Order: sequence, then C-alpha cells, then structure tokens
Amino acid sequence: MVVMQGKGVSKGIAGGPIYFLHRPDTAIADVPAADLEEEQARIVRAQRDAAAQLTDLADRAREEAGEEAALLFETHAMFVDDEDFTQCMRTALEERGCTAERAVELAGEACSAMLAGVEDPYLQARAADIRDVTRRILNNLMGVEERGVDCDVPVILAADDLSPSETLQLDRGKILGLITQGGSSSGHTAILARSMGVPAICGLGEAMGPEYSGRVAYMDGETGQVVVEPDELTFAAFQAKRDSQREQRARLETMRGKPDETLDGRKLMVCCNIASPGDVGDVLANDGQGIGLFRSEFLYLAASDYPSEEEQFQAYREVVAAMAGKRVVIRTLDIGADKQADYLRLQKEENPALGVRGIRVCLNRPEVFRTQLRALYRASAYGRVAIMFPMITSLWEVKACKRACQEVMAELEAEGIPYDKNAEIGIMIETPACVLLAEELAKEVDFFSVGTNDLTQYTLACDRQSNNLGNFFDPHHPAVLRALKLAADAAHRAGIWIGICGELGADLDLLDTFLAIGIDELSVVPAAVLPLRARIRGSIAKTCTLDRLEC
Amino acid sequence: MKQFQYTVKDPLGIHARPAGMLAKLAKDYGSTVITITKDGTTVRAAQLIKLMGLAVKQGSVVTVTAEGPAEEEAIAAMRQLFEEHL
Repeated sequence: MVVMQGKGVSKGIAGGPIYFLHRPDTAIADVPAADLEEEQARIVRAQRDAAAQLTDLADRAREEAGEEAALLFETHAMFVDDEDFTQCMRTALEERGCTAERAVELAGEACSAMLAGVEDPYLQARAADIRDVTRRILNNLMGVEERGVDCDVPVILAADDLSPSETLQLDRGKILGLITQGGSSSGHTAILARSMGVPAICGLGEAMGPEYSGRVAYMDGETGQVVVEPDELTFAAFQAKRDSQREQRARLETMRGKPDETLDGRKLMVCCNIASPGDVGDVLANDGQGIGLFRSEFLYLAASDYPSEEEQFQAYREVVAAMAGKRVVIRTLDIGADKQADYLRLQKEENPALGVRGIRVCLNRPEVFRTQLRALYRASAYGRVAIMFPMITSLWEVKACKRACQEVMAELEAEGIPYDKNAEIGIMIETPACVLLAEELAKEVDFFSVGTNDLTQYTLACDRQSNNLGNFFDPHHPAVLRALKLAADAAHRAGIWIGICGELGADLDLLDTFLAIGIDELSVVPAAVLPLRARIRGSIAKTCTLDRLEC
Repeated sequence: MKQFQYTVKDPLGIHARPAGMLAKLAKDYGSTVITITKDGTTVRAAQLIKLMGLAVKQGSVVTVTAEGPAEEEAIAAMRQLFEEHL
C-alpha cells in the first residue's frame, strides 16, 4: 500500500486502475527550413485548424460543462489569432530560417513568458493557456492526434498536468477520477472536473509517477488522498465513504419536488439567495421554492454611473419572469462606505458599519430610491415581486419607504404602466432597534426577513469584518437567537411571515431552534436547498425546544 | 483623437473574457486605432495577450484612446463596453 497526499479540488471517491497519460512525442528538431514561404503557409493552416477545433470544443463545453468552460475555449480561439503571437511566429521564421514547428514553439514560449513574468496568479494561469494553445497548433502541424485514454475499462487518469482542452476531450465514461502532479485548485482542470462531477486531486508531485500505471488505487477528492493498492482496512473505509456519499446524493435527489414540511405537518418555505440574474438557473436546478433575497447591489457596484430605471427593470423582470409566479424578494440598494462605487461618492467613514448605509443611503437620495422603486414596481407586473428594505432602525423610516412606494405606484398609475399594487413590502431585521420595535414595525409591513450576519454584528458589538474576534462573534449566541424569537413573535401576532435570509438559515444545527421559534421561511444558497429540505422532512416541529435560547 | 479615463471596477480586472471582447471590438474598427494606457504603457486594444499583460486590476485607472475615421463611434462603443463589463 502506498499513500500519497495531494490537494483535493473536486469532491468524490473513486477507485480503479491508474492510467498514466502518454503524450505524443513532440520533440522538435531545430533544423533550417527548405522553403520559408511553404512553412509560413503551413503555420496559417495549422492556426486556422486550431481555431476551428477550439470553436467546436467551445460548443461542446457549453453543452457538457457550462458557460464558464465554453468561454475559456473561446478565449483560446482568440489566442490562436493574437497579433503578437502571429507576429512572433513570422519573426522566428524569417530571422532563424527555421521550420514552422520550431517557429510556433518559440513564439509560444515568448508569449507565455510575457504573462508568466507578471506577478499575478491569474495571469500565470493564462500563460498555461497559451502553452495549451501552442501545443494544439503544433499537433496540427505535425499531424499528431491526442489519443487520450486508450483502454477498455474506466480508469483513474494520472498525468503530469492536464490542460483544459485535454480535460474536456476525455471520454467521461472512461474516467473515474483525475490525479495530477502539478496544478492548483484555481486551475481550469479543477473547475472543469467539478462541473463534470469527476473527483480530482492536484499537486501530488513526483510521488505519482508512470510506474503506477495499471495498479489499482482509491482516491478521495475531498481529503486529497490517493492510496495505491490499499490494504483491506483502508479499502473498506473508502468503500464505506463512497457508499454513504452515493446514498446521500440519491436521497437528496428524491427531495426534488417534495414540500418543505416536517413529519408533523409544519410547512416551511425553502428559498434561495441570489446576487444576479445569472444565479436563477441554480435556483431552479436546486428546486428553490422562490427567491428570499435578491441583492440588487450588482447593478450599482458593476456600473460607473447610476443604473437607469430601464436597465434595472430588465434585470428584475428577467428574474421575476424566470421564477414564473414564485415569490421573488428583491432588496433595495444595500451599500455603505465600505462597499461602494466611485460615482456614489459616499463619504469615507471611520466606522462604515455604523454609518450611512442601507436604507439611509436611499432615504438621503430620494431620486436614486425612486428610480429603483419604479423599476421594481414595473417588474412586479411580470410575476410575484416583494420589496425589502435593509438596515431599518426606526418606524419613521418604514413610513417614509412606504410613502415612496405609494408615490411611485401613483406615478405608474397615471402613466398607464402596469404594476402589481399588492406587491408585498417587507423589512430586514438586522438591528437590535428593529427587534425592540418589532411590534410596531410588524403592523406596517407584510413580512420580516432576518439578516443574521448583521444582526449578530450589531447585537454582540462585533465587527463582522474583523478577523480577531474568534469566539466573540457567535451567531449561535443566545442573545441573537432570543432576538429572532422576539421578532418572530411580533410578526406572528401581527399575522405576517418571518424568514431568515442570512447565512444562519442554512445552519442545519439550528433547524430545530428555528422550528421552535416558528420561522416561516429560510432563504439559503441554492446548493443548500435539498440538504435543508431533507432535514426538515425528517424533523418533528412540536418536539423542538428553545433550549438554545437559554431562557 | 478621442479619449476617456476609466477606473476598473470588475474584481478580476481586465481578465481574459473582457480582454477578448475588447480585442474583438477593436478589430471591428479596422483603421481606427484604439489603444489602452496604464501607468505609461500603451498597447493597442487588438493585442489580446499584451492587453492582458498590462495586468489591469480593480481600481486601476486606464486611458482609452481612439484615433481614425470612426473615432467617435469607436470611443462610444469602448465606453459602453467598459461600463457594462469592467
């Protein structure tokens, strides 16, 4: 038994024979060329073929591994035709009188060195992309086809390193897992492996050599461990973990389409948090019952000037329409001096967490607020929109927000623009002030949604950005949980619903406490929906206790 | 000659995807030359690899210049691209 430790970059357990990837021999002789014009023409043909192959790969990636992988190959296709790269090839041909192969090799080295020299891991990864593209052009020149995996049984593929095109070209039916000597977790191979659902381990170093070809191994993409010819005990441990992972996945799959209901019939809503329209696909894929928090900041932070009403309307409508009648809670602009765009010109503050942020920015800038509300109400005609205001501390703020909503609705009415006059209005519960005023606030709005990170920060006087607070920053603190209960009781007395859209919502350890408190909705990252649903469906609400509140 | 200055907001800076978009757009304008300058180094927007080599990060200030027959149109298109994607 040989144990090797690498870096797990794509989760999962795999077991099977190792196949060490053999690369075609591409040694290039540095000999003078007979006919430079012919060599130049060969380069042009090889480039053209490479670009066509990469465009095909991009199409294939789009179907099999998603948009991110597809864009990668589209970028590669552009590298093939890059001016400086092409010029480098021509210069090498003319100055050295070498063959097309040698010219391409030299140009690839020169261009990748241009980026690899910059101290930036991102650009260094692009240098690897250029080497990948160079190899493709060379293979075309030499008529070499990458053979890939040449065997009949599925294998754990080992290699010194895998380029993205090699990874994508692998026959998925034959690959149990990927292990490489080099590579890092931010590399494309890792991204591709994850999107293809194949376990992968990088950075095994020289320990993983061709001598292991054909020997049976087990790998754990979570821990980064590879064990060649495991002994009985180790083998049994791998088997057990693999079986339990399979079982768990299968069990989660059965949760799709099921109601979020406890064994004793208490219904919850499990919804998703998103940050841009691009995230809606994940919500649908994970069967979220709606969107409990759509952060609108992306529209503002990514822009160089205030986003127009039209631009915002399009983004909101896209999400609302895609959710087809399921509730979409959209939070109005929630930024402060710590997170802002230049054009907003927010004054620098000593303590932005306690400064002009969230609803304070909007109430100070009625025009900005009005533009967003108009866009939100216009989008409400296309599905079920709920509007949520962040960072509330006072009753007058909520009244001011509602007045602004009334004005916008009156404007749209007068202009004959459709909107939903019953769109729900709610507030974030993030400050102790808001909890203490929950009775009054609950009479003004249609729902509460608790932002647990901020509620923890403000309740415990712990800066959430600080790294040194350790145990002092404790979202499970009884004071935070009691605050939740106070808000929930007030909400229910007023007949409105209360949700949690902070990170705590996905905390399975607290589910019992949330059930005991009577939380109605949990909004979590899309990947957390099915595990949470599984837990809910195994829970009994009436036996849950308030123990954690320590009262 | 038309130009504008821009502070990059994208967390990754001018990474592969926007660089590719810039290069493509620059090529569409043919004889109108579009350049991007950062810290005194100027590259043509069509030079994809060199453009990435500028290592433009979030917060970097770049100057975008267009010169040629379609400079008005080119600079407007560049401005839009920067604002939407960077």
